[in-house]
Amino acid sequence: MQLFAFLTGLALATALWSGVQAINAEARASYDAAAATLGEGQFDQIAPRVGDTIAQADYLSLRRQGWLVSPIIEGDLGGVRLLGFDPLSSPAGFGVGQVAGTGDLGAFLNPGQLFANAETAAQLVVSVPVVIDPTIAPGIAVGDIGVVQRLLGRSDISRLLVQSDQPMQRPELSDVAPHLRLQAAGQTADMGELTDSFHLNLTAFGLLSFAVGLFIVYSTIGLAFEQRRGMVRTLRALGVPLSRLISLMVAEVLLLAFVGASIGIVLGYAIAALLLPDVAMTLRGLYGAEVAGTLQFRFSWWGSGLAIAVIGAVAAAGIRLLQIARMPLLASARPRAWAMTSVRAQRVQAICAGILLGGACVLALAGQGLTAGFALLGCFLVGAALLLPLLVRPVLTLAERVAKGPVARWFWADTRQQLPGLSLALMALLLAISANIGVATMVSSFRLTFVAFLDQRLAPELYVEAADEAQAYAIEDGMMAQGVTVLPLLTVETEVADLPARLFGVRVGPTYRENWKFLDAVPDAWDQVNAGQAAVTNEQLARRANLWVGDDIDIAPGLSLPIAAIVADYGNPRGQVVVSEALFRDLHPDVTPRQFGLRTDDPVAARHVLTSDLGVDDGAITDQAALKAFSLQVFERTFTVTAALNVLTMAVAGFAMLMSLLTLADLRVPQLAPVWALGLTRRRIGRLELLRAVVFAVVVCLFALPVGLGLAWVLLAIINVEAFGWRLPMFLFPLDYARLGLYAMLAAVAAAVWPAVRLMRTPPSALLKVFAHER
Amino acid sequence: MKTKAQILHLSGVEKSFDGADGPVPILRGVDLSLAAGETLALTGESGSGKSTLLHIAGGLEMADAGAVHVAGHDLTGMSDTQRAAVRCTEVAVVFQQFNLIPSLTVADNISFQARLAGRVDGEFVADLARKLGLTEQMRKYPEALSGGQQQRVAIARAIAARPKVLLADEPTGNLDESTAADVLGQLLALVAETGAGLMLVTHSPAIAARMDRQLHLSKGRVA
Repeated sequence: MQLFAFLTGLALATALWSGVQAINAEARASYDAAAATLGEGQFDQIAPRVGDTIAQADYLSLRRQGWLVSPIIEGDLGGVRLLGFDPLSSPAGFGVGQVAGTGDLGAFLNPGQLFANAETAAQLVVSVPVVIDPTIAPGIAVGDIGVVQRLLGRSDISRLLVQSDQPMQRPELSDVAPHLRLQAAGQTADMGELTDSFHLNLTAFGLLSFAVGLFIVYSTIGLAFEQRRGMVRTLRALGVPLSRLISLMVAEVLLLAFVGASIGIVLGYAIAALLLPDVAMTLRGLYGAEVAGTLQFRFSWWGSGLAIAVIGAVAAAGIRLLQIARMPLLASARPRAWAMTSVRAQRVQAICAGILLGGACVLALAGQGLTAGFALLGCFLVGAALLLPLLVRPVLTLAERVAKGPVARWFWADTRQQLPGLSLALMALLLAISANIGVATMVSSFRLTFVAFLDQRLAPELYVEAADEAQAYAIEDGMMAQGVTVLPLLTVETEVADLPARLFGVRVGPTYRENWKFLDAVPDAWDQVNAGQAAVTNEQLARRANLWVGDDIDIAPGLSLPIAAIVADYGNPRGQVVVSEALFRDLHPDVTPRQFGLRTDDPVAARHVLTSDLGVDDGAITDQAALKAFSLQVFERTFTVTAALNVLTMAVAGFAMLMSLLTLADLRVPQLAPVWALGLTRRRIGRLELLRAVVFAVVVCLFALPVGLGLAWVLLAIINVEAFGWRLPMFLFPLDYARLGLYAMLAAVAAAVWPAVRLMRTPPSALLKVFAHER
Repeated sequence: MKTKAQILHLSGVEKSFDGADGPVPILRGVDLSLAAGETLALTGESGSGKSTLLHIAGGLEMADAGAVHVAGHDLTGMSDTQRAAVRCTEVAVVFQQFNLIPSLTVADNISFQARLAGRVDGEFVADLARKLGLTEQMRKYPEALSGGQQQRVAIARAIAARPKVLLADEPTGNLDESTAADVLGQLLALVAETGAGLMLVTHSPAIAARMDRQLHLSKGRVA
């Protein structure tokens, strides 16, 4: 039983940890592949002004003036990012896939083909052959610049890679092409950095699960060593050196840790493979990052899984081994698992809990950054877990005092006595329930806020995308003629306050005035925006730029506007600035709107006009309900991983309880035999054991509620702000908590059933042995 | 002379346990009776079946064959619950060790069975504690007591329930000679005071000699 508990505990702990690490490793490998494919971060680049491209003439001019630059074109084709480069002029070290691997330029250039990994290749519908190359980042297809330009129907250049070694006597860029700008390597957005917070989130969950699993291991090792005290005493009395005994036990733990960790790594692979598609969806939705949907067996995650499992198991065993090493030769071999925790140990535990909770308070008040947020989370959770047994004990003592009958008094007294043996399992259960309450509160609060946000943002009844500029004008004129309010979507990628952002030009009207709820605003915000005297920014941009309402923000070179309002913008990783349509058109006269929101009382009629009269393809029209449903679907998938990890953590906690009860079951017999001998049936004792599990679950749930809500507050008010740049309001969901409590109780009862049934079936002869032999 | 009522009667009791080579007989048709207020020593070599016989008499184990009557109750064919009720109200057992409920204080341990049987008497319990020198220990937990004190608590608990039959399995086996004599003296005095019948398993001829009657078991039979 102990072997099973040890191996299963360690396997579960390792599985969740290495599963999460496998997902992280896969994602990071994808970012690295993307960076290598796109050349981002490796070379200086020459980029156009925002929203623009580089003309072929500029490229030629730079080359003639001595600049060693190589052209890159990028564009979207059917959801795949096409990247074309010139293999002849590209800098040494920039090579993509097979070109870099084999240097076979002929194969690359002729007969004009694209290279992509299998997943991306399946999405591509192009007229040229696609060669499968697994080294190319997901979501990207590469090819010769001429091929890509032809496929995209363009002749311009997106950016220029700058060779590391440049001629000394070349002119300044500002002299050759003043409208272009030089970006130093490393200035471009690093997807790895951008998504760090998400991966840290996953890692934190993995660590929590690992800690819960390690509770099982620690508890099992403790009981196994407790039961070996007699054997150790005998062997030492017979002359076996202590050092040899310790060495043998260490070797045993190492061997078992290796086996448990190996099983865990296999399970972790399965978990990661199962969750990776949803993680990929989350990363795409939150950060626009492409991650491969298939998993590779990388040393980085299975090696770390193996290491942390072995270190964890050895650390858990170390404390017990130290106790054995210090045990006097003739110390009592009687198991002491039921011994009351000493007052000193309780005091030390209380001090540790106090320090951790105090640290959490300090971090909540003065902490800065995501790391401080997670440190706060760790201090708070571990402090609360340490506090649990100290708070439960007086509750049980009080229950014992007010109990009337002898069985009730014994029940409460015995429950209190079980506390030291079960406290680790109860702490694990507390962490699991608190995490569930906290994360459920966060996700549900997010969902409520997000739905309300969608109602604000997706006010137009129809959305339509024009096939070309001519159709765009036709749609605008045609719909306005029908009395439909047309809201053009004018947008360019830009940089605001030195941060990448999207600039929007909006036609200020009732739709914006009535539907957009600001987090903070001046009284006449829309009037100021409409007059071109102010801008609205989204929350994440404001927080990142450390700006708020009233502060000035640089919109374009030479143009700075005060922020009139801050708007929530959940689920979007990028900064956004909203200005009036007129101002936008002044700043970007070449940008014409291709997408429109339509406000109409009769969407069916408007749709009919669009398709019949204006020749808009039906697939280019999206109604509001479909868009909301799609957005919610993305949202739900985003939290599938969190929900799955929640369930797994709860399952591990339930298993920790089961293992603790099973391993304690043998030690329970001497405690229960006198009660049985005095007239309680085994069946009744078994039922009381089940009731005890329910009592523990109820007490833990009651304690977990404030801890979970505290956790939710930390996630919503600190972690989310640091990680994503938005702060969400917190809502309470009593019914969800009640349901969760019920699940926890069911888990506790399920964990207690087997030990209780075993107890009910213990033959009287086994119970009587208690009184006849030293156990 | 008036004959005292029989409170324990066993006839033809047989019991065997499963061994590696099949059933191992422990008791082979044992007949035994005990009257109210009588003290009986059960002696015999190790493995002769003394403890098993005591357990069967106390309703802790079932005989394979034979009849067991305790205070007018026929234990044969009784359910686990029914036997538990008899154990709780009519019988009290004092074992050699691990007698006490570790989670309860001495006071709660002493009154536990009496409360289960529904006849707890606070004054009687206090008197028992005083007689056994436990007054100062009432709020302590068993682990804080010496072996002799623990056995005194076990005896107090057994007497406090006012059982008709008191069974003791080497109650002084773990105690030194002086403490053992002291504890045994107190046990016999209390049994005499309450009128319960006492069956006591012992290896000690000296202790056996202090009982009204002795029964020697050898290889599962009354010798």
